[in-house]
Amino acid sequence: MTETINGKTIISTPFTDSDLNALHAGDVIFINGDIVTGRDDVHIRAVRENIDLPADLRGKALMHAGPIVRRSSDGGYEMISIGPTTSMRMEKFEYDFIEKTGVRLIIGKGCMGSRTAEACRKFGAVHCVLPAGNAVVGAACIEEINGLDWQDLGMAEALWSLRVKCLGPLIVSIDTSGRNLFEEKKKEYNARKEEQIEEISKKLETIL
Amino acid sequence: MTLEDKCNKMTDIMAAFIGHTTVRLPDDVISRLNELRAAEDDPAALSIYDMMFENIRLASELGRPSCQDTGLAQFRIDCGSSFPLLAQLEEILTAAVKKATEETPLRPNAVETFDEINTGTNTGTGAPSISWNIVPSWDGCAITTYLAGGGCSLPGHAAVLMPGEGYEGVVRFVLDRIAEYGPNACPPLLVGVGIANSVDTAAQLSKKALFRPVGSHNPNEKASAMESMLEDGINKMGIGPQGLGGKASVLGVNIENAVRHTATLGVGVSLSCWTHRRGKIVFSKDLGFNTDTHAGFTYGQ
Ligand code: SF4
Repeated sequence: MTETINGKTIISTPFTDSDLNALHAGDVIFINGDIVTGRDDVHIRAVRENIDLPADLRGKALMHAGPIVRRSSDGGYEMISIGPTTSMRMEKFEYDFIEKTGVRLIIGKGCMGSRTAEACRKFGAVHCVLPAGNAVVGAACIEEINGLDWQDLGMAEALWSLRVKCLGPLIVSIDTSGRNLFEEKKKEYNARKEEQIEEISKKLETIL
Repeated sequence: MTLEDKCNKMTDIMAAFIGHTTVRLPDDVISRLNELRAAEDDPAALSIYDMMFENIRLASELGRPSCQDTGLAQFRIDCGSSFPLLAQLEEILTAAVKKATEETPLRPNAVETFDEINTGTNTGTGAPSISWNIVPSWDGCAITTYLAGGGCSLPGHAAVLMPGEGYEGVVRFVLDRIAEYGPNACPPLLVGVGIANSVDTAAQLSKKALFRPVGSHNPNEKASAMESMLEDGINKMGIGPQGLGGKASVLGVNIENAVRHTATLGVGVSLSCWTHRRGKIVFSKDLGFNTDTHAGFTYGQ
């Protein structure tokens, strides 16, 4: 379900086709509901070792993240810090991961490549960037920790099931048409890089 | 105080200081981020800066690490030749990292290579990494701390260029790396550039450059001018916060240099993310201390 509150676009789980198809690369959104963490080892286990995930990801979000979690005095867990990790490390596995798990919204850091963009187009998924280094704000968005699977992978690599409230800003980096914002930006940066190399080299000549 | 008591005291102070630097960014970084936000007008970039400042506020208020990747500890020690704990410093810093890992808490990031086992303590073979400089005729000790995150360590690169490639070759080497890897390393970045003889000297200097304050300059006038040119040029690439576009790309560019062989031009690049967790603490011989990066840090004083 998508709503606009105080000018913010907020999407709640379970995500529908119309929620996701309405998003365009560059849009800023926030999400409410169920997310699951999974990074390198979860992808390796699910894709390379072809083991079924203990958590159902359909209609939920996957977050590339390795949180810091502390055992609380009542025997439960307390989220201390959570933020996204570099999504590109999962590029090798993400197409198969999306196909296998049915996950449709992925939260991470930085760009993903053409295979993930192809999966987004084919399976109607999106990749979003959560600004990284903001792990305390991230933790403040976690309402509840309601599951821990594959604990043997360690704190950072395990599958944590979380309920989030107003997690964001999330910037849509790949939309369901497969448009990849970072790929476009990188072309701009590279073009400007060439201009700047020339410019700086000219300036250097005057002092060296 | 016995030697053991002194070691324990310094370990406790260092553990608390390391913890403090994960919670609070250095004053120079915060003030540069303020300047960059004030100059920004892109709405998505502004929403990212807003989140960053909310995180800085909340991390201090709750005493929690500002980023979940609390990095691997690297220290630069400028130790007076007559500092009483010179021989114990390595032991003290290792114990302090272990203690900070438990108490802050820090995320265990240290994986023993080949055995591929996480030590759980952020220490292990060669960790924490320490670079030494002995200062003659001084009885104090200055320790610069840095917690190197994975995402911003990844772009690090060094090579030896042909001298004929010249400083223009250095510019291309740095900008290529930033265009390719910068957007993923959590910009605005601090860029450390080392220019020297071989890969190892250039790489070491590029890290030393990150230990210098944001806004400081190389004492050599030409190197200092090149710092400003690189800063201006990389900002004009418009990478913006998180690599999604914006007015600035960097917190700054620091260059450290040394001699080169007539036949070589070594260049190294190290990057740090906007969560630049650098601290500097200076001890006197009786373990009094002051910090110029974190005005608010106190410990039993
Ligand atoms: S690059 Fe820095 S801010 Fe980004 S996730 Fe890593 S440690 Fe955190």
